[in-house]
Amino acid sequence: MRPFTYERAASAQDAAAKAAATPGAKFIAGGTNLLDLMKLEIETPTHLIDVNGLGMDKIEPIDGGGLRIGALVRNTDLASDKRVRSDYGVLTRALVAGASGQLRNKATTAGNLLQRTRCPYFYDVNMPCNKRKPGSGCAAIGGFSRQLGVVGTSDACIATHPSDMAVAMRVLDASVETIRPDGTTRAIPIADFHVLPGQTPQTETALEKGEMIISVALPKPRGGTHIYRKVRDRASYAFALVSVAAVIGRDGKGAVAIGGVAPKPWREAEADALLPKGAGPVADRLFADAAPREDNAFKIMLAKRTIASVIAEARDA
Amino acid sequence: MKFETPAGTNPIDRMTVVGKPTTRIDGPLKVSGGATYAYEHQDVPGKMAYGYILGSAVAKGAIRSIDTSRAERAPGVVAVVTHRNAGKLGKGKNNTAKLLAGPEVQHYHQAVAVVVAETFEQARAAAAMIDVDYARDGGRFDLVAAKTDAKEQPGSDAPTAVGDFEGAFAGAPVQVDQTYTTPDHSHAMMEPHATIAAWESDKLTVWTSNQMINWSLKDLAATMGMPVEKLRLISPYIGGGFGGKLFLRADALMAALGARAAKRPVKVALQRPLMTNNTTHRPATLQRIRLGCTQDGKISAIGHESWSGDLEGGGLEVAVQQTKLLYAGANRMTAMRLAVLDLPEGNAMRAPGEAPGLMALEIAIDEMAEKLAMDPVAFRVLNDTQVDPEKPERPFSQRNLVRCLQDGAERFGWSRRKAKPGQVRDGRWLVGMGVAAAFRNNINGKSGARVRLSSSGEVTVETDMTDIGTGTYTIIAQTAAEMMGVPLAKVVVKLGDSSSPVSAGSGGQWGANSSTAGVYAACVKLREAVVARLGFGPGEAVFENGKVHVGNRSADIASAAKSGEIVAEDTMEYGDLAKKFQQSTFGAHFVEVAVDRYTGEARVRRMLAVCAAGRILNPMAARSQVIGAMTMGVGGALMEELAVDKRFGFFVNHDLAGYEVPVHADVPHQDVVFIDEADDKVSPMKAKGVGELGLCGVGAAVANAVYNATGVRIREYPITLDKYLDRLGEVA
Ligand SMILES: Cc1cc2nc3c(=O)[nH]c(=O)nc-3n(C[C@H](O)[C@H](O)[C@H](O)COP(=O)(O)OP(=O)(O)OC[C@H]3O[C@@H](n4cnc5c(N)ncnc54)[C@H](O)[C@@H]3O)c2cc1C
Ligand code: SF4
Repeated sequence: MRPFTYERAASAQDAAAKAAATPGAKFIAGGTNLLDLMKLEIETPTHLIDVNGLGMDKIEPIDGGGLRIGALVRNTDLASDKRVRSDYGVLTRALVAGASGQLRNKATTAGNLLQRTRCPYFYDVNMPCNKRKPGSGCAAIGGFSRQLGVVGTSDACIATHPSDMAVAMRVLDASVETIRPDGTTRAIPIADFHVLPGQTPQTETALEKGEMIISVALPKPRGGTHIYRKVRDRASYAFALVSVAAVIGRDGKGAVAIGGVAPKPWREAEADALLPKGAGPVADRLFADAAPREDNAFKIMLAKRTIASVIAEARDA
Repeated sequence: MKFETPAGTNPIDRMTVVGKPTTRIDGPLKVSGGATYAYEHQDVPGKMAYGYILGSAVAKGAIRSIDTSRAERAPGVVAVVTHRNAGKLGKGKNNTAKLLAGPEVQHYHQAVAVVVAETFEQARAAAAMIDVDYARDGGRFDLVAAKTDAKEQPGSDAPTAVGDFEGAFAGAPVQVDQTYTTPDHSHAMMEPHATIAAWESDKLTVWTSNQMINWSLKDLAATMGMPVEKLRLISPYIGGGFGGKLFLRADALMAALGARAAKRPVKVALQRPLMTNNTTHRPATLQRIRLGCTQDGKISAIGHESWSGDLEGGGLEVAVQQTKLLYAGANRMTAMRLAVLDLPEGNAMRAPGEAPGLMALEIAIDEMAEKLAMDPVAFRVLNDTQVDPEKPERPFSQRNLVRCLQDGAERFGWSRRKAKPGQVRDGRWLVGMGVAAAFRNNINGKSGARVRLSSSGEVTVETDMTDIGTGTYTIIAQTAAEMMGVPLAKVVVKLGDSSSPVSAGSGGQWGANSSTAGVYAACVKLREAVVARLGFGPGEAVFENGKVHVGNRSADIASAAKSGEIVAEDTMEYGDLAKKFQQSTFGAHFVEVAVDRYTGEARVRRMLAVCAAGRILNPMAARSQVIGAMTMGVGGALMEELAVDKRFGFFVNHDLAGYEVPVHADVPHQDVVFIDEADDKVSPMKAKGVGELGLCGVGAAVANAVYNATGVRIREYPITLDKYLDRLGEVA
């Protein structure tokens, strides 16, 4: 870990302004991802701006329907919120499928969205990795890529985004609300929040320099059966090989997003529309442009079968 | 004392303390944080400094240059040791690769430097400032590719042949000929390798975490080029080892070198991401098994070949070991071949040989039973042998495999299993049952102990034996209590100190029987000394309830030491009973597995192990060993695999996020049953090992259950869904 300085922000705007003005600055929330990466010198911030204690830990109703989740709401608190459990079940289910109880007590909404990939080569600083060290190459391509992405990837990076929460938020059409260094705010649809790697896998989100997440807005509840199915080799405490977040109505219509397969939660409107036709057409649409590797080609079939399971569960619910 | 003839009746047979389920005497210390592990000792003279190891960034090659100047100038840094300033180093007998690289690099993450600083954080930060220029060589990293160059090994690893295997196999009406693979495994124990080293002039003390004190004492002396007498190793508590701590490792050497350079005590723990590639692992195997049977299910030909790899000068994974002994059959062969690989050092991990060997053999047996349309339990029973099939003049000392299988089948409800796979559904789950035989050889090791009787009647046992979490403290205390006729609370056990008598150490499931037999020997001497001190002439002495009786004379045991502590020391050695009798442990594993028919996720639902392993010294500790082993078996079956990067030559998933072992949610209800045995050919304790037996066969039982559930036979471990998803049948 490199030496760094530390301060507590006075307000969200103060944090954003300072982050923009201080070279090498980063926000720290729960620290469960950032600190690990700092210890390995994968992240090397020279200044940490602590965004805890700024009152962004509340979940509030939005006028006209919906919920606003503060950026600092802990994963545990979000998952156990009564309104979330009754109206946004897919989100609760996704959250509790992630990490462990201890981690979820610390992990925040913003931090979860911004957690970095679990690509094993990204984690080994002896290995070439375009995301960690732009231009150094990608060791995962041609290497051990069982966990990595099959769609939305590029020849520069095939990493996946590991979040469970984000997959549920994607199916719920959440938007990420931010404040910029100049004090202006904006709402970024979750669909546009994570960006595909292309030739710049080090850029992972639409956030600008210093821009800080203040909340995530959920629109009015989406009726139907809320399902989150996370497939992994062991029963708990593992990242998804494939996960499926779905909200499916009595009529078989609904929305579906896939985790563990792409650099962002993977969803397409055309695929949603095919839900009444069954898993095959949905998966074919979602993975039409897939570029699987030898080690991870199974993910496409796994996603298809998991969607089938989810559709069957919704039907029987 | 030498154990040369079968044990007669002895004080242990009373079983008033031995054989009783007994909670750990060190338990309260452990749960209250009072048990000091290697990294935690505070009683070290001098101000502690912290060492951090830098591992090699390349798998094979050489260090062209190494620039430590930035690190040396970094805040808090006291010393940096590399091959350039470490002085001349030797190599321990039990190490294949050197523990400090340079200029040659032999494997990925081989230690290249240790940075010593005032704080751990400073040492870690400075380690990242060392600039190493490597000359990278090509290496051999692929076992399949290296297989053709693999060579047979001499001695006990050489091929074996009895009868005419090829002829009998070719002529057998029913045949199985299959290849199975097991991957590299990591010990992944909770406590990392860790050491504190402190010098006092030319004397070195290391507080470390090590299973085999005497091996590592000698190897550290050999590596440092110093006399053994100047060294002391202390390892009272060990947070798991599984074979990963059998040997001297880089933490100990680098702490010693760091402390010498810093002129202060230094503590070093291997950081988790370094453990996998810096230390040893269980090597991957390729195994071919051929079985030939008569129509009525008798094995006429049994052949097992195995290929594994290791660094130049390393050794085999002895995966055919059990096949020499487990089943009858007149015509047999085994062969093992070793390929040179430039991956990190392969070596022992819990039940080396049998663990991966049975993962293959016991699937093959299941496959044969199916071809014969026989029940897999019945098929195994039919092919039982009571003698060493390679040397029929050698009987087993005790062998209750059949009982394990039959009792287990009864208890598990095996009769409910559907012979035809894929028949049982529970919602979206396909459910199946599997069985496998468990087998692990018993090994006895010479083991010494010192016992003291104090004037308060307290018995203290001292030996360099280790407790790696298995319960050794407790069984040694039980042994001494039984022998001396005192309550458990009157026994103090001191372990893991090289200044105590040399023991067998912990490994190969030999620790329990061997170390307690050593304590038995010392207690026999102490009993004699007590009787002599009391002046209780000849006659049979009975030690019980804190009293000593000879004939009609009796006294409190404490009174014998009134005029001063009585000390006795002895070592148990062994004659040739192990040559005359094959000494092994047996068991049967039963497993129920459910496989999600959509996703292929396999989850174990129920497990049962029935074990026949001689006298069980402490059923509570033994059960704990077996359920832990069963859990490890589930890991080996369903998830554990070190992923080899064949380009860069290393294990990629080198942390606990990437190397998955079972979590609580993976471990279902587990039952363990011990058959009541006492094996008089083994030792006066009449006990054998059990800690590795519990692992042996579990993987195959799971694999066979997955087959029974799904009809899909997987012969490549781990059995992960990607290997069979396409064969699970269509889902809507
Ligand atoms: C062992 C382990 C297992 C895990 N398993 C799972 C799993 O199964 N599923 C899963 O989804 N996740 C898993 N995680 C990841 C976990 O969810 C994340 O570590 C956590 O959500 C990160 O939140 P945090 O608040 O601790 O973020 P931090 O570590 O504090 O920050 C993460 C990033 O977000 C940035 N950041 C934080 N707050 C803001 C803000 N308000 N605005 C802008 N940027 C901000 C930081 O600068 C940093 O770059 C696991 C983590 C661990 C350690
Ligand atoms: S896949 Fe991406 S994160 Fe992984 S090594 Fe390649 S560039 Fe790095």
